[in-house]
Amino acid sequence: MGRLGYRQLTGMPDISTLRDRSKGSGRGGATAKQVREPKNWRPFLLLIPAFVVVSFFFLAPLIDVFYRSISDPTLGVQNYVWLFTTPTNMVVAFRTFATSLLVTVVCLLIAYPYAYLMTVVSDRTRNMLQLFIMLPLWTSILVRTLAWLVLLQDTGPINGLLEAVFGIGPLPLIRSTFGVALGMSQVLLPFMVLPIYSALAKIDKRLLPAAANLGARPVTAFFTVYLPLSRPGIFAGSVTVFILGLGFYIIPALLGSSKEIMMSALMYQQISGFLMWGHGTALGIFMLATTIVVLALVGRASKGTNLFAGRGK
Amino acid sequence: MTFKRALGALAVLIVLWLLLPTLVIIPMSFNSAASFNFPPQGFSLQWYENFFTDPSWLRSLGSSLQVALITMVVATALGIMAAIGLSKVKFRGKALLESYFLTPLIVPGIVIAIGLYSLFLRFNLLGTLPGFVLAHTVVALPLVIINVTASLQGVDPKLEQASATLGAGRLRTFFSITLPLIMPGVTAGALFAFVTSFDEIILSLFVQSPQLQTLPVKIYNSVTQTSDPTVAAVAVIAMFTSVLVMLTAQFATRKRKRVSV
Repeated sequence: MGRLGYRQLTGMPDISTLRDRSKGSGRGGATAKQVREPKNWRPFLLLIPAFVVVSFFFLAPLIDVFYRSISDPTLGVQNYVWLFTTPTNMVVAFRTFATSLLVTVVCLLIAYPYAYLMTVVSDRTRNMLQLFIMLPLWTSILVRTLAWLVLLQDTGPINGLLEAVFGIGPLPLIRSTFGVALGMSQVLLPFMVLPIYSALAKIDKRLLPAAANLGARPVTAFFTVYLPLSRPGIFAGSVTVFILGLGFYIIPALLGSSKEIMMSALMYQQISGFLMWGHGTALGIFMLATTIVVLALVGRASKGTNLFAGRGK
Repeated sequence: MTFKRALGALAVLIVLWLLLPTLVIIPMSFNSAASFNFPPQGFSLQWYENFFTDPSWLRSLGSSLQVALITMVVATALGIMAAIGLSKVKFRGKALLESYFLTPLIVPGIVIAIGLYSLFLRFNLLGTLPGFVLAHTVVALPLVIINVTASLQGVDPKLEQASATLGAGRLRTFFSITLPLIMPGVTAGALFAFVTSFDEIILSLFVQSPQLQTLPVKIYNSVTQTSDPTVAAVAVIAMFTSVLVMLTAQFATRKRKRVSV
């Protein structure tokens, strides 16, 4: 995976986005001029502390997870056999993918018009719209989930309103996929809006009038010109939301049903509840592998679109 | 233009959906009844009083602040070094190394959590201050590196060369030339690191012990086990702490804008 692709996918670490955020508009800054000091080993020393910490407390734990998955209780692939042959595991995995996909689609449908609006308003309004998207990131997922818990519970205000106005309810707003998807979409939306906005901001505004001049109706112009050009942003946002969604634990635990758990809860259950380290770690490796496969697939796909977008300019 | 107006209305709805639900926790914290039912009945400060008089809640707030502050210092120091190192070295695997430092942001937290749990179990680090700090540093470090790297891109290397030419050593050049120039990025990165640690829950749930619990862990345990209404007040306090810190970070990056323009 290329450097740029990686940064786009992570949502946060895109330095160009950061620059956009701090300067308010999509102006490209000067590229870093690097001092070339051949055979100077001193700067390498600066990298050592971070390298050591990340290696010992990120890479080593992941290796440990992998090692346990093939060695607990005995050396072999029995944990992976268990993983793929136990029907409930597959049900949980499918539920996790389906929920994550649902959240991705919901976020995409909400984020696209929002990001588009950001490209057509004044600088001032755009900054405000951007701030509103960033604001929720300032509050912990836990607090936001607690708030949903208050609102969505059976005796909560939303069910109360439904009963008073429509005479229905209480509806299963929590302990259901609905609650989980609602909470997760709200948390993950920023990770969809920001990459889509960066992609839309790069599209030449004259293309749509040009398409109209050539006789395309607005809908046709949108689907044949605008949407394809925004594909890199859609890909980047969707992948980020999807893979972040796969690992969610707190929201499904508090807003979901204990009978319809997701993969992270199953992992927790196996390790913390049953002390089945082999099972739990095999699930972890499965989740990690899925993440890598999704990243790799979309990395390849979006490379294709990048080429296309480059030609479009 | 009606299309744009419709989009505007939609955006308002989206913003309300993003921001309003969370605020429900504020009136809940002043509830005079011992329940999570909305709307709250009456007005009382009893949950805040509970929080500030209960040693176990106060202890977890203290732990959280302690862990977050140390994480901030450690992650910022390591992050500045790494970002400067990355800006100066040139070798084949540089992009890979850069990605390596940022990877903890996309690997599912739960997988890192079980790995750390397993590792800390072997080395007796569960429920210890160093354990919490190291776990949080792994996820806070990338944010510092990103922010400092962004700041470094605005630093003209000629300034450092000039400083060296005038006889300043590397350390002196760093503290009197480079650091002041990248200060906005350092401040923002440090504050992000603080909030990341202060709000961190997944890793914390796995490295906690009854002896050492950070605030989010205690909130989570309280919600899932005892449903003590004090959590509403605690949530409001936690929310205002992180919002305050993030506002400061926002202010720091604003300053950067003014300086660089």
